[in-house]
Amino acid sequence: MDDLYRDYILDHYKHPRNFGELEPHDLEAHEHNPLCGDELGVQIRVRDGRIDELRFHGHGCAISQAAASIASEELTGMPLDEIATLDADWMIDLLGIPVSATRRKCALLNLKVVRGAVTGDNDWPA
Amino acid sequence: MPQLAESSLNLASEFPILAQRPGGRPLVYLDAASTSQKPRAVLDAMNEHYSKHNANVHRGLYSIAREADAAYQHARARVAAFTGASERATIFTKNVTEAINLVAYAWGRANVGAGDAVLITQMEHHANVVPWQMLCREREATLRYLEVDERGEVSLEALDSELARGDVRLVAFAHVSNVLGTINPVAEMIVRAHAAGALVLIDGAQAVPHMPVDVGALDADFYGWTGHKALGPTGIGVLHGRTEILEQMPPFLTGGDMISSVDFFESSWNELPHKFEAGTPPIAEAVGLAAAVDFLSAIGMPRVRAHEQALTAYMLERLAEIPGLRIVGPPEAERRGGLASFTIEGMHAHDIAELADRAGVCLRAGHHCAQPLMRRLGVSATARASVAVHTEPSDIDALIAALHGAREVFGL
Repeated sequence: MDDLYRDYILDHYKHPRNFGELEPHDLEAHEHNPLCGDELGVQIRVRDGRIDELRFHGHGCAISQAAASIASEELTGMPLDEIATLDADWMIDLLGIPVSATRRKCALLNLKVVRGAVTGDNDWPA
Repeated sequence: MPQLAESSLNLASEFPILAQRPGGRPLVYLDAASTSQKPRAVLDAMNEHYSKHNANVHRGLYSIAREADAAYQHARARVAAFTGASERATIFTKNVTEAINLVAYAWGRANVGAGDAVLITQMEHHANVVPWQMLCREREATLRYLEVDERGEVSLEALDSELARGDVRLVAFAHVSNVLGTINPVAEMIVRAHAAGALVLIDGAQAVPHMPVDVGALDADFYGWTGHKALGPTGIGVLHGRTEILEQMPPFLTGGDMISSVDFFESSWNELPHKFEAGTPPIAEAVGLAAAVDFLSAIGMPRVRAHEQALTAYMLERLAEIPGLRIVGPPEAERRGGLASFTIEGMHAHDIAELADRAGVCLRAGHHCAQPLMRRLGVSATARASVAVHTEPSDIDALIAALHGAREVFGL
């Protein structure tokens, strides 16, 4: 089996969880990866200070789409104040694949957008 | 059309980098449109320059300085001769991006004003988009685009109707598109632009390395290209201009070498081409580029084109075997340069390139610095394979095998 394109990565790519638009929503953000022109948008509904529901939309490579799909399951139910503490390692560990320097932004685009929606911080996760 | 076997050049052994075997496999380099690999002749020429003749130009009074000076002048002569341009009107820049910026700043700021228009096409590289956006914003001029049709071509009728509006000061376009491969009808476009009183700038980055180009015969006002895509080193580009226009233009970058005299508050400019070459120029790079154009000239540019066109035809034919693969740009090899950009249903371009790399095949993937065009095509990214003089049919076969393998990984 391929190191990068593992079965679960391809499964999330082909059948993304929590994909689409969310109406109504409380928070949203939209970004594109300047390297490849990929786009990713996130819409979030908040209840009791937690992410009640999250949907993402856009298009990108298998790594960026799988990252968004896998993260969406972890992020649902998470307290908003925890979002700001999520870093690059959190996302890479969650993906569970060796991400090369050139694919790092593919893996981190989703977390960047989610943090942007919740905290307004538009920096790339470190 | 030339047959593959007849047109084969068998030059891979001239390129030291191609002797590498990453992961035990041959290195299949299909990204010459990003940057070309360098033949031994170029590496040796630069090494010899640094080993035996290195000194600054235009000012030394000792022997190696005279040699460096002669080498730099000789390099300009060979580069100008390669494209049929005059030496005085052949300016060395950093790359084609700087060549276009030179025109946008030095000519544009003096000649484009409110109510004027700059006309470009939807297929331009960002290097031939952003400088005009900046110029038009600053001068309250209008930037307009010639549409790219479904075949990936622009129409001369559309050019005529844009020119008929009477406000176009400059038409700027690629000789060959770096995404579509389209060879634009440059000669006809230049004639029409001139008839309407507009000047023409051509981005020849994807043309000069791959086909005969005679800048003098084309009669373009500005023609830019870059060394590193033409088997030469990075750090050197070329701007050919029309002498009368260059003489009237103010300088772009200022400083040493480009002056004739400097007083405390005023300076006067050196003659062409030095007026546009501020500071120590890319001397060893010029020597390397001269060796590169000599290498290409020894093959003969018609043969280079025949070889690459036959390979492109073969590549287009083989790519059509891949299920779900869609090629952008003109379907006929004779209407395109040596490259093919494509998408594969169910796979992103980055994933295609990543998996091709596992098979030792180097592809480019992304928007190719042409985001407006990608929007026009309705795709976010494509994968691109591009050929060069060292490419052989076996490289194309390796590409096809790699693409089949990639689809397999994705369960397609």
